[in-house]
Amino acid sequence: MSVQPSLAYDIASSPCGGLWIRLLGVRALMRSSGALWLEEARTLIVADLHLEKGSAYASRGQLLPPFDTGDSLGRLEREAAALDPQMLVLLGDSFHDRMSEDRLAPENAERLQALAAARRLTWIVGNHDSEAPRFMPGDAADLIQVQGLMLRHEPHSGPYPGEVSGHLHPCARVAASAGRVRRRCFVTDGERVILPAFGAFAGGLNIRDQAFSGLFARQPIAAVLGKARVHAIGWRSLAPD
Amino acid sequence: MIEAKDAPLLPAAFASWFAGRGWTPRSHQLAMIAKARQGRHALLIAPTGGGKTLAGFLPSLVDLAERAPQDSSPGLHTLYISPLKALAVDIERNLAAPIADMGLGISAESRTGDTGLARRQRQRVRPPDMLITTPEQLTLLCAWPGARVYFESLACVIVDEIHAIHASKRGDLLALDLARLQQFSPKLRRVGLSATVDDPDVIRNWLAPGSLDDIDLVRGPSGAAPIVEVLLSEGRVPWSGHTAQHAMAEVYDVIRRSRTALVFVNTRFQAEFAFQELWRLNEDNLPIALHHGSLAAEQRRKVEAAMARGELRAVVATSTLDLGVDWGDVDLVIQLASPKGASRMVQRIGRANHRMDEPSRALFVPANRFEMLECQAAREAIAENRLDGDPARTGALDVLAQHVMGCACSEPFDLLEFYNEVSTAAPYRNLTWEDFEAIVDLVSTGGYALRVYDRFRRIVVGEDGRWRARNAEVAQRHRLNAGAIVSPATLNVRVAGRRGVPGRKIGEVEEGYLEMLEPGDTFVFAGQVWKLVGVTNLDVLVSAAADRDPKMPSWGGSKFALSTFLAKRVRELMYDQARWEVLPKDVREWLQAQADHSVIPAESEMLLETFPRGRRHFMVCYPFEGRLAHTTLAMLLTRRLERAGAAPLGFVCNDYALAVWALKPLDGLDFDALFHEDMLGDDLEDWLAESFMMKRAFKGCAIIAGLIERRFPGQPQKSGRQITFSTDLIYDVLRRHQPDHLLLRCAREDAATGLIDVARLGQLLTRVRGRIRHAALDHLSPFAVPILLEIGKERSPGGAGEMILAEAESDLIAEALA
Repeated sequence: MSVQPSLAYDIASSPCGGLWIRLLGVRALMRSSGALWLEEARTLIVADLHLEKGSAYASRGQLLPPFDTGDSLGRLEREAAALDPQMLVLLGDSFHDRMSEDRLAPENAERLQALAAARRLTWIVGNHDSEAPRFMPGDAADLIQVQGLMLRHEPHSGPYPGEVSGHLHPCARVAASAGRVRRRCFVTDGERVILPAFGAFAGGLNIRDQAFSGLFARQPIAAVLGKARVHAIGWRSLAPD
Repeated sequence: MIEAKDAPLLPAAFASWFAGRGWTPRSHQLAMIAKARQGRHALLIAPTGGGKTLAGFLPSLVDLAERAPQDSSPGLHTLYISPLKALAVDIERNLAAPIADMGLGISAESRTGDTGLARRQRQRVRPPDMLITTPEQLTLLCAWPGARVYFESLACVIVDEIHAIHASKRGDLLALDLARLQQFSPKLRRVGLSATVDDPDVIRNWLAPGSLDDIDLVRGPSGAAPIVEVLLSEGRVPWSGHTAQHAMAEVYDVIRRSRTALVFVNTRFQAEFAFQELWRLNEDNLPIALHHGSLAAEQRRKVEAAMARGELRAVVATSTLDLGVDWGDVDLVIQLASPKGASRMVQRIGRANHRMDEPSRALFVPANRFEMLECQAAREAIAENRLDGDPARTGALDVLAQHVMGCACSEPFDLLEFYNEVSTAAPYRNLTWEDFEAIVDLVSTGGYALRVYDRFRRIVVGEDGRWRARNAEVAQRHRLNAGAIVSPATLNVRVAGRRGVPGRKIGEVEEGYLEMLEPGDTFVFAGQVWKLVGVTNLDVLVSAAADRDPKMPSWGGSKFALSTFLAKRVRELMYDQARWEVLPKDVREWLQAQADHSVIPAESEMLLETFPRGRRHFMVCYPFEGRLAHTTLAMLLTRRLERAGAAPLGFVCNDYALAVWALKPLDGLDFDALFHEDMLGDDLEDWLAESFMMKRAFKGCAIIAGLIERRFPGQPQKSGRQITFSTDLIYDVLRRHQPDHLLLRCAREDAATGLIDVARLGQLLTRVRGRIRHAALDHLSPFAVPILLEIGKERSPGGAGEMILAEAESDLIAEALA
C-alpha cells in the first residue's frame, strides 16, 4: 500500500514559499528563512543564532568577517516585519559563547532591544549559552509550552510528540541526476520538528548522521531551504556527506 | 672568455676528483664557477641530465673549500631550494660523495617537513655550511625571531627547478623570501637552475633583485633531440574518450620490449584505469607499478625505491613523477592521452635516459581523434624545439599578507622600509602603496569596513613606530599555517573493519573524488577494485570487491588545459591538408568527411555549426582553447541565449569544442553579437559571484592570507559528529556586507586565472571577432560526434541547486504515486 506523503505528513505548501505542517493539531509554517511560525499563537521561533561567532573566532586569532551578527539580526528583523509576531522565541545557542554579549556592538544590542520592544521575547537556554543573557531584555527559560507544543533547545530521544527544538543544525545533502546540493533544512516526522540553524555562521550537520537516529518514529522528511521556497524531500533522496 | 682572477676556475682537488671518476668538467659547470668568482647572479638553463645540480653546487663547494681555516664556521653559506621534499633528501645524498671524496670538511644537510625535531633544532643553533630545503621551510625560517642573524652571512641561494615554481603562488612567496634574504645579506648571490624554456628572460626577471640584467644567463649544451613517436594504432582511433583502451595491447607490447618505461597519464582516474588494463594483459607478470597523488605516501615511497633499484619494468604515473629523482634506467616514456603542452611533455620525456648524449625516447598514445591531431602537433613542436612556457605573473595579495605576518613574527618592521623591500621581488614590483597598506591592515584587523576588531589585532605598531606580532601565541599560530600550497580537504580511504569501524588506510582522496558514487558502487583505487561502504567524518570506508566491471566515476578529462601555443598548432595542422599524411587513415578520412559535409576552418577562423537533432537544436563551436575557457564560455553563452529567448537546455565542453542545445533553432542568431567581448562584463560578474569556483578560490585565499586556519573547520567534535562550518558561509556573508573586500578581489583574480581562465577566454573572443565561420547543417558533422558523445557523461554545471531540489522533490511525488 502506498501513502501519499502529503497526506501522511500533512504537509501543504504556502504561497509565501513555506510549508505548513500540523504538530499535535497545531498549524506551523516552516519558512524558507529557517524560522518556524505558529500562526494562531502568532509566535515566531528561530534556533541557533550563534550571535558573535565571528568575533569569538577573532578573539582567538582568526579574523572572520564581523558581519555575522548583523546579518542574522537583519534576517530576523525581516521575518518579524513580515509576520508581526506577538511572541519571539530564540530556541537556544542564541549567543555563541559566554562572552558574546560583551562583544556585541552597541548598534546590534539596540536592534535586539527593538525586536524585544514590540513583543514578548523568550530566550531558551542552550549548551553554548547556558545562562540567561545579562543585559538583553526578555525572559529566559529551559523550556516553554505554546499551544501544547514543547519548545526547547535540544531534542530528547524517545517519543516527544509536539517537541520543537534546534541544537543539531540539520542539513540535507540532496542527490539528483544533475548533481548534489547541501542545504539547511527542517526535519520532521509529523510528530516533532527540528529547526535549522538560523545564524549566518552556524554550520550544518547532515541529517543522516547518527545524532538524528532515535528521534523519529518513522522516516522523517527534510524540508530543505531553497532560495525562495522550502522543498519537501523524502529520506531516500538524501545522501550522507 | 672567462677571466680567472687569482685562482684557477677549478682548484686542483676538484680537477683530480673529476679525473678520478673519468669525468671532464662541462663548460657550463665551469661557467657557473666563473660567475661566482665575478660575484654575478646567474641563471643556468640546461636539459635534464646535463649535470645541472652539480653545476649549481660546484661554485659553493669551491668557495667553501678555499675559505680560510679560521672562518671554518661562520654560519650558513649556501641555501639550496628544491620544490620537492624528496628531491632535497636525494640531493643531500648526492652531495655527500664529492664532499667525502675530496675531504672538504663541508657540512651539507637537508631540512624538510619530514626532518626530525632534534635535527631541526640543532640546525637552528648550529647551521650547516649548506642547507638544502623547500620553499615552505624557507618561509618558516624567515618567520623566526633571529632570522636576520641566521642568514646574515649567507653567500649564495640556489633555486632549483625554477621553471616549475616561478609562475605560481609558491613562486610569489619564494620571491618575497628572496627579497628578505637579500636584505639580511646584501651581498647574497642568486643562482637559478631551470629546464629548457622558450623565454629565459621571464625567469631571469623573476630571479633578479632589480632588473633582468642583474642575472647572467648560462646555457648548458642542448643535448640530443628526443625521438618522439605517435602510436598509429593498428586498431582504429576512437571518436571520443580519454582512456586509450583501444591501444592498451600495443602499449603493453612496447613495455615488454623496453627496459623500463614510465607511463604518464593526466589524471588519477586514467592512472587507475591504465594500471588495471595493463595488469589484465600482463601475461608475463611484469613488475608494473602505480604512482599517483592519492596513494598513501608510504606506498609511493615503496614504488620510488623499487624504481631506483631497477626492479620495475613500468610505472603508471600522474604529474607526481614530473619532477624528481633521477632514474637512469628509464629508456622509454609513454604518454597516454594528450600531452596538453609541449614544455610539460619535454619535462616528462626528460625522465627517460638521463644521459645527455643519447636521445630520450617517447611514445605518444592519443585516446581519440582530436588527440591524434594534438599529439602530432606536439611531436612537431618538440622536434622544432618550440616550447610553451608560463608567462610572468603579478604577485598575489593573499601571499603578500602571509609574508607580512611572517616578517612581523620575525622582527619589527618599518612600513616604508618594508614596502621598498617587497617591491624588489619581481612579482610585486608594481605593487601600489595603497594595496600594500590595505594588506597590512588586512593582516592586522581583517580589513573590514566595520572597525570592531581593533582589540584582536594580529600585528600592532610599537612605540618605535614599527609593526610586530601582537604576542607569541599569534606568531606561533602563524607558523603552523604558513605556506602557499592549499590542498583541497582530503578524506582517508580505509578498509571497513567489523561493524563499520575504520581499518587500514589505503590512501587519501580529495573531497569530491567520490562525488558520483553511491554506497554499494564498485570503483578502482590504488590498483584494486573496492566497494564503497560509506563515508563517515573524514574516512571513506571501502571493502574489497571482485567486480570485473567497476564503475568509473567521471573521467573529467585532463586537469591541464591545452596550451595556447599547442592549440594554435593543432588548428594549423587541421587546416593544412598537405600535412595530414602524418595521420592514420581513419583520422584522415574523418577530416575529409568533415570537409565534405561541413567546413574545415582556416587557422584564424572559428567554426560554428548549427543543426537539429531529435527534438533539439544544437550549436557546436570549436575554439580549441581548453576545457576551462570553454566551460566559462558555455556558461556565459547560455545566459545570453536565455535572454535572446532561445531556451538553451544544456551544454557540454571538452578541450577542443563546446556544444549548446536548445528547444528552438539557433541558426538565425547574430553570432558576432553573441560572441561579443562584452560578455566578460556584467554577465561574467553575475555568474561568477554565485559560482562554486569563487567559493573555492576564496577559501584558498583566506587560508593563505591567514584569515582562517588550515585545519578550519571540520574537526570532528568530541561526540564524533561533525558540524561543518563551511567557508562558503563566510564567503556569502562577506559578499553581502563588503563586496569590495580585498580577499574577494584576490579570490576573483584566482578564479579568473586558475579556475575559469577568463584571460584565455578574452583572447579567444578577440581572436574570433569577425572570423566566425557559420555552417548551418541539416544534421550533425563528423567533428561534432566526439563532443556529442560526451553528453550525459558530465554532471550539469554548478548553479543548478534549485533545479536539483525541484527534481528530487518530483522524484518523491512520483515515488509516492507509483
